[in-house]
This record gives sequence, structure tokens and C-alpha cells, in this order.
Amino acid sequence: MATTMTDVNLRKPSVGFETLSLRGVTRAYGKNPPALRDFDLELGRGDFVALLGPSGCGKSTALACLAGLQPLTRGSIWRDGTRIDSQPTEKRGFGMVFQNYALFPHLSVQKNVEFGLTMRRVPRAERRERALAALRTVQLEEHSGKLPSQLSGGQQQRVAIARALAIEPEVVLMDEPLSNLDAALRIEMRTEIKRIYQERGLTVLYVTHDQEEALSLATRLVVLRKGRLEQTGTPQEVYTNPASAYVAGFMGYRNLFPAVCRESGPGREVKVTAFGTSVTGMLIAGTALGAGTDVTVAIRPEDLIIGTAADPDAIEAVAEVVEFHGRELSVQARTAAGGVLHLKTDQPVVAGSNLALTARPERVLVYQGGLDRSELEVEAGAR
Amino acid sequence: MTDMPALSGVPRRPLRHRLAERGVDWSLLLLAPAVAVIAALFLYPFIYGISISFQPQSGGGAFANYRNFFSDSYEAGSILKTLRLALPVALVSVGLAAPLAYQCRRDFRGRKMITLVVMLPITFGSILIAQGMPRVFSPYGWGNLLLKDIGLGPADLLYNYWGTFIAAVLTTLPLAFLMMMGFFGGIDRSLEHAAATLGAGRAARFRRIILPLAAPGILTAFMLALVESFAIFPSAILVGQPDNQTHVLTIPIYQAASQNSDYTQASAIAIVLTAIELLILGLVVFVRGRLFKGPATGGRG
Repeated sequence: MATTMTDVNLRKPSVGFETLSLRGVTRAYGKNPPALRDFDLELGRGDFVALLGPSGCGKSTALACLAGLQPLTRGSIWRDGTRIDSQPTEKRGFGMVFQNYALFPHLSVQKNVEFGLTMRRVPRAERRERALAALRTVQLEEHSGKLPSQLSGGQQQRVAIARALAIEPEVVLMDEPLSNLDAALRIEMRTEIKRIYQERGLTVLYVTHDQEEALSLATRLVVLRKGRLEQTGTPQEVYTNPASAYVAGFMGYRNLFPAVCRESGPGREVKVTAFGTSVTGMLIAGTALGAGTDVTVAIRPEDLIIGTAADPDAIEAVAEVVEFHGRELSVQARTAAGGVLHLKTDQPVVAGSNLALTARPERVLVYQGGLDRSELEVEAGAR
Repeated sequence: MTDMPALSGVPRRPLRHRLAERGVDWSLLLLAPAVAVIAALFLYPFIYGISISFQPQSGGGAFANYRNFFSDSYEAGSILKTLRLALPVALVSVGLAAPLAYQCRRDFRGRKMITLVVMLPITFGSILIAQGMPRVFSPYGWGNLLLKDIGLGPADLLYNYWGTFIAAVLTTLPLAFLMMMGFFGGIDRSLEHAAATLGAGRAARFRRIILPLAAPGILTAFMLALVESFAIFPSAILVGQPDNQTHVLTIPIYQAASQNSDYTQASAIAIVLTAIELLILGLVVFVRGRLFKGPATGGRG
């Protein structure tokens, strides 16, 4: 990590690894079912991997294990050929950004950012330069003399990012870094994180329960369910082809409802009965289903189309709540059978309108088995 | 908000609203019982004590009691003896309690047991402790025999400075521990985690994060322990050497009041004790005021 005093620009991580891998990592707290079970993950240099899932799915545990903040119950962690899971946190050299920022309240912004460099015994003058450079990256240079409590939430989070970047870590671990910010700031900081990632060529492991955050930032998505890996792939892959109803629930398929298979085929096409009418969709996981099999149907709100009542296969529903979202309306409708559907439309709908809803078969995903919706819940501010 | 000029046509705001702006309302009446008790049982006797200390029983001018005390080198020497006892006791108590309080923030097997054992002396009171000490520290007590077995004894730990020292540490340690647990517990764990990811080892984390954030708590605990041991009395007599090594300030006070029935002299010495105590406390408060005092959290939690 040799550097000259004149070189004040933050450089890309010089030394490093090719892959960082978690193999069969299991972490159990006491006698509870493991928070993370046989978890495998490969993190290549330059990747931006998002761990996505609801509260308690094990995503933060995975991060804490990688950072060395929690011991593994089973499994191993490797940096290329070196096993690192018994190394203490301070030896691993991963930068980390915490959900609550974890800024040192008694140190100035400047000292906070310098902290990692002080620990590495970087000379004072160079330390100063590098901290200022890191603060410049997050556009907070002029606040360097303040205490963290004098900054706004968004500024504090940016200091936390600068502090993690100042040590020029091989990997930056981010634990729900934006979940304490309000909506507008969250989007701004999201772009900021992506910009820094691109500029610095970082490797990032990012934990979130927010699909939008995960999709917009990550080069690869990892969806977790009850401590196990549920699906992994590029954001496009996971978005368009959720492997399970659970993943679909995270990918914006707000309409998830139980149905019964009527007939299967040809190909992946399935006809199911839901809300008393016939719905045609595509079978995603599983093989040809027998008639009478329980399935879960997933449809995005934007894929539900208001058709004509003449269509015999349309789902009849009454608009209950209509929200104005600018270019379109977001409608919550109740079907004759009592189920709730969400749709987006640019047609004039008012509360009480009768709707006949259809969807194109290729936009209707059918999964074998049921789904417990409570699994998708995210507690506010929870890890 | 300054008071509005009473312009014609602009009605003056009701008194109740103006008081409420300064936080004065009827709920303050809840303070009344405590204020009354403090005034009657502390403030009045305290002021009375100051006043009679300047009205010596045996005459000789307003300052005769003070002159008597300071001119008698044996009596005046109790000031140094008190300091020599109270300062080390407070330091040792805080020094022992700090790592305990630090560790007891997180849960580990046996934590409740340790907490219970440390806190137990509070329930005993200093007399019970002083009564029990001879069984342990007399030349044939098991503590002393143990010291002998490991080649450190027998040690002279009773009826001298050390007897009182041990008793005082036993009574002040739980107080210091209790006080610091609150302060250490308020330090967000994620701060230590953050420091670790930035390369700080255990020692650096303690020195650079925990210690500065806990310093106000440590100083508060120190003050409490100091005040406790300043007023030490039973153990100075029961397990100390009250006429020599542990002739602390409370003893001449007791002697003046009970043996010589000279309350004015006793008051004068008590005022001296109070003054020294306040001086030290003032110093600690001054130091504490210069430390970081905000909440020890890392941001929004």
C-alpha cells in the first residue's frame, strides 16, 4: 500500500484477490434454527453482489460472517487459496458500511475517515490528504471539521462510505446502508453508491431488503430465503425469470394468489382456475402438472390489462382504491370471489368501477405449491 | 421569544402560556415532596451546621473551631489520611469495576452470577463487611492462609490502613460497577464493529472508542466512589487503626460531637471535609466537562 504524498487521488485497490468465496457457511444462534444454512457464494473482483431477502432471511448474518463479526458454526471462507474464516475482523481489511452508519460520535468527520489509516500507521500528512480525497468523493470536504451529530442522515451515511473507502479495501460490505434514509435521499444515495462503485472499480457485497435497490445497483443478485440460497443470477435474469413464487414476490409480482391447475401443456402453458375463472399462464418451475394441483400465480400490477366484459376468461373485479401516480393510476380491486388484485392503468378508473381483468399468458407465472405471504414481510428498520 | 409589548388591541398572552413556554406548569408540583424533604433534612441542618461552626462553644472568636482543628497537627493530619485512603480506594474500585462493566455489556454464560456477586456488598452495608473481614484476613483467616500458601503471606491486613482499604473497596466497587454499566451499555456495539473493520485490534478499540466514550461514566463512578470513601467511618474503626493510620476526618468529627459534646467543633470539621470533597469533585466535573458527552451511538439506529 505504498503511496506518495503527492498522489492524493484515491486509486483503485492495487493488491487483491480474484475471488472471495463462502463455502457451506452455516451460522446458528443457540438452539434456534440456523440463521444461515450451507450458504455458498463466490465474489469475483469487480462484482457488485446484492443479497436480497426479508428480515431474518440470513443476509446480514452472511455479511457479518464474511466481515468476521460473527463466528461460523460450520463452513469456510476463502480469499483465493487462503482460508480466512479464523482471521479476526481487523486483519481482513474489508471496508464496511453499517445500517446505523456507526460513526464514532466523539471524533470529527475528518478523524472518522482517517481512523482506518491511523490504524495502518499511515503518516499524518498523507492520512490527511487521503481522508480529504475520500471526503471529496462523497462531496463532503467542507464538513471535515464537524462532529457526526452535526450532519444530516444522508451526510452521515456518506461519511460512513468515505470512511470505508479511505482504507482502499479489497471489498466493501454494505449492510442495508440506505434503509434509514427517506425515500428521496435513498434514491440519490443509491446513484451515488453506483457512481463510486464504477469510478473506483470496487468489489461490493450489498445487503438489502429492497428489490429496487438490489436491481439498480447489483451486477449479480442473490435471493435468500430462511437462511438458504433461493436464486442467484443477473438482475435481468432474476427479474424476468423468478425461480419461485417467493422470488417473484420480491421482484414486483405484487399479485400472488393461490389457484388450482386445470390442464397442463402444450409446452409450458398451463390453465388454472383462480377467482372462479380460467387464467392461462406459463409454468416456471416443475414439470407438467396434473389437474387439481395447487399452484401460486404471480402477475405484475403493470401486466394486468383492463379488457372487455365480453371476454369469458376475464377476472371480474371492482375498483376499491385508486391512487394517482402521475402517468398512471394504481388500482386495488376486489374480485367477485373476494380476492385482492393490484394493477396499474392509464385508463380512467374511479373507485367503484367494474373491471374485467386479463393478462397475456406469457406474463402470468405459475408455480407449483402454495406460498406463505408472511415470508415476504420486511420489518421496518430491521436487519 | 421576547415579551411582547403591550400594544393596544394586542391582548397580552395569558400568564399560563408564557410560563408554559419556559416549561413551568402544574406537573412541577410533583417535585414538591422531594424538595421539601431535601430542604428540611439536608439544607436546613447543613446551613445550621455552617452557622454553629462559627459560634464556638468555648469562645475565642468566630474562627476558633477552625483554628483549633488546623493547629492540632494530629487532628489536621486526618485530612491527608483521608485523602490517602479515599483517592486510592476510588481509583482501585473504578479500575476493578471498569473491565467488569465493559464485559457485562454483552451476554455470556455466568454474567448474571458475576453481576450478582459484585452487587452483593451493597446489600450488606459496611458494618457487616467489617465484621466478616477478620474471618478472612486475620493471621489464621482463610484469605491469609491462602496468601501464605502461594508465598505472599502472612500479610498484615487487619486493624491498619489495609483493613480499611479493603473494606472501602468492597463497598465502593459495586457502586462504581453499577454506575459504569449504564455508561458502557450505552455504547453502540456497531461502533466497535466499525473500528474492527477499519483495522483496530482489541486494545485499539478499547483505547480509541470505548474509553473516550465511557470516560464521563468512569469519572462519574470515580466521583461516587470518592464521596463514598471520604465519609468512611465504621470500617475505619472496626478494621482500621482509628487512632493512627486510619484517623480519617470522620473520626475527629465523631469524637468532637459524641465524646466532647462540642457540636460547634464537630460542625467545623465537617465543613472542612465537605469543602475538600467539593474541591475535588469540582475538579473532576471540570475535567469531565471537557470530554465528549453526546450519545454514544453511531448515527440512526
